[in-house]
Amino acid sequence: MSNLMSGAKILLECLTRENVDCLFGYPGGVTLPLYDAIYDHPIRHVLVRHEENASFAASGYARSTGKVGVCCATSGPGATNLVTGLVDAMMDSVPVVALTGQVSSKLIGTDAFQEADTFGITRSCTKHNFLVKDIKELAQMVHEAFYLASTGRPGPVLVDITKDVFQGQSHYTPINEIHLPGYKVFTEGHAGQIRRAAQMIWEAQRPFVYAGGGIIAAAASPELRELVETVDCPAVCTLMGLGGLPGSHPNFLSIPGMHGSYAANMGMYETDLIIALGVRFDDRVTGRLSSFAPHAKVIHVDIDPSEIGKNRAADLPIVGDVKRVLTKLNKILHELKPSMSGKNSDARRAWWRQVREWKTEHPLEPQFSATEIKPQHLMNEINKISNGTAIVCSDVGQHQMWSAQLIRFDEPRLWINSGGLGSMGFGLPAAIGAQMANPGKLVFAVCGDGGFQMALPELATLVNYGLNVKVVVMNNGYLGMVRQWQELFYNNRTCAVELGSFPNVEKLAGAYGFKGRIVESPLDLPGALREAVEEPGPYLLDVRVTPYENVYPMVPAGGAINEMVLGPPQPVAVGD
Amino acid sequence: MLQVISLLMENKPGALMRVTGLLSQRGYNIESLTVARTLDPTLSRMTIVVDIESRLHAQVIKQMNKLINVLQAQDLTQAPAVLREMVLLRVRTAMESRTAILKEAEIFGARVVDSSVEGFALEATGESEKLEEFIAVMESYGEIEVTRSGMVAVSLESKKLKLSPPVPKPGEAVSV
Ligand SMILES: Cc1ncc(C[n+]2csc(CCOP(=O)(O)OP(=O)(O)O)c2C)c(N)n1
Ligand SMILES: [Mg+2]
Repeated sequence: MSNLMSGAKILLECLTRENVDCLFGYPGGVTLPLYDAIYDHPIRHVLVRHEENASFAASGYARSTGKVGVCCATSGPGATNLVTGLVDAMMDSVPVVALTGQVSSKLIGTDAFQEADTFGITRSCTKHNFLVKDIKELAQMVHEAFYLASTGRPGPVLVDITKDVFQGQSHYTPINEIHLPGYKVFTEGHAGQIRRAAQMIWEAQRPFVYAGGGIIAAAASPELRELVETVDCPAVCTLMGLGGLPGSHPNFLSIPGMHGSYAANMGMYETDLIIALGVRFDDRVTGRLSSFAPHAKVIHVDIDPSEIGKNRAADLPIVGDVKRVLTKLNKILHELKPSMSGKNSDARRAWWRQVREWKTEHPLEPQFSATEIKPQHLMNEINKISNGTAIVCSDVGQHQMWSAQLIRFDEPRLWINSGGLGSMGFGLPAAIGAQMANPGKLVFAVCGDGGFQMALPELATLVNYGLNVKVVVMNNGYLGMVRQWQELFYNNRTCAVELGSFPNVEKLAGAYGFKGRIVESPLDLPGALREAVEEPGPYLLDVRVTPYENVYPMVPAGGAINEMVLGPPQPVAVGD
Repeated sequence: MLQVISLLMENKPGALMRVTGLLSQRGYNIESLTVARTLDPTLSRMTIVVDIESRLHAQVIKQMNKLINVLQAQDLTQAPAVLREMVLLRVRTAMESRTAILKEAEIFGARVVDSSVEGFALEATGESEKLEEFIAVMESYGEIEVTRSGMVAVSLESKKLKLSPPVPKPGEAVSV
């Protein structure tokens, strides 16, 4: 079965076969033939207002579903505008396929109009990339791109397609075989290592689960929960792993690291066994590596062998898909439980007593004031409305940390943020992607007043597609997170962090044709949020919060995790 | 410390860029790099000599193995392997030194590949240190011009190339 088709049509056929229902993009000269084919194709094309936001939206789509998110841009400036989103997806292991137009193959290398070396530029910001100069290779490369993006450790893959390939005609035969002889993925985990891990877990006196984005990527939440309950040990989820274990789970200690909870960091410091699952011992988690978890042995499960031993040596490495490994590990834990779990029961009880003490000593608690809206109060109100079930797409800054600390996520794929790259401007476009993928869900975009303005043009996209996104700007008048560092580490010499002006959101949203509201009093906050949620379609809230609030606890960069600064005004060192 | 890496990779546009990019991105300086097709024309064998702190050697091999175009990356720095290099050298010399040069060339196992009134072009292969001596000796006879191939290596251990089984989609059901 084969018939003559244009490259553009072949591409759309491949997307259909990959179950792509929605494409975030922006057209241009080189992709004209593609858009001509989209004209009478059922695929939904979402026209964003800047290509960076196409890549973020594709990421939001992917992060909220686990399916591959697809974005599309023209050659030259279109393609270079995608780069930040690709790096972001790379850092957070998000399955994204980027399709870019390239000048005609005979013009490549001639500095043709809107030519850029997209293949070269995106080498380091993708898991892999392809340059298609021959229409006969198109279908194969597109399917390989989807395969690579979604399997193993997921990541972004870019396919750069020349204009003559879009325009050319070729016989199309559906591709059924992937040919990637160098693609090495080990999923099963070494049986002997898994058994040893089970023994180590039962032998430990103070076991501690450190779970990350790998749990979400592998859909391993049920297996994680089973592990935590079988072993009955405290557990943290990283910024990338929130929702991997329900936020309401009694063993859950919130996030570890720079702005992690006191109990999470003290637990990580004092444990004698870290069960690290789909994590990468990021510097924002470990603080100073040499004093990170000094008493602990480490079991490290990850699908990417290069993560093992990269930052912290593993006493017991297991390379594999964390869902598969945990399934096997849980089975052995159950087998060994009757004979082994009794051994350390006293030590384990003491460990729990200690952890509970830490939890009650310094809980992550919302703060309230009768006259001002505390940022923590705002997050607490969002938390009440969400009740563990809304999708929250955060931007980057203080509001991101307060959101992660105070909004509860009871399921995976609800908390969406730019963790590894920390890219401002992410929240709103990610919410567009998440809302397109989950039309029935309540989706918040929680932004700072700085980051919101980086993504501002996308308000038009919200209106165009009637997207039910509730944009909540935590307006502190500052690039708050940078100001916090200037205050704490640069002698309060604040520089280039005061935002000075902010648009009137009632007029701004009004100009786009939807509703916005300014909230200044803590008394109005719950009502305003309720109104935003009840109003069909987009809504823009400008919540004026206390300008000078800082995020605590805080492990200063390069500090040891047990030396948290717990709050203003005097930094207090705690721990031994 | 110099690390010797042997790569078996797909013979495709961009594959070399991925390897060198991985190194330059980390600020490592490549001392030499050779690449050519293998018996299977769809694959290439590459030998790289690169200056990397020893504690990072294992991590670099893992990163290389992660590249989609790389079938196998091996660290030959300590492993049993034969390492060789080739030198092409032109030496301009006075008539009276010609016999002496040919004697020296013979000692180093070098071959004459061109001869003219001005001098010789010589070809030598061997371990790098040996070739450095050869170059130093030739330099003492007159003006020289040298082109070195960079190192090529072959491992003496037969490491079976394991191709991965098909990769499951994330979240696929598990059988235990
Ligand atoms: C694209 C980008 N530029 C700069 C930064 C550095 N940065 C990190 S947080 C931050 C301040 C964010 O301010 P705002 O959006 O108002 O959020 P707040 O911290 O006040 O909650 C900045 C500038 C960044 N993360 N991303
Ligand atoms: Mg701000």
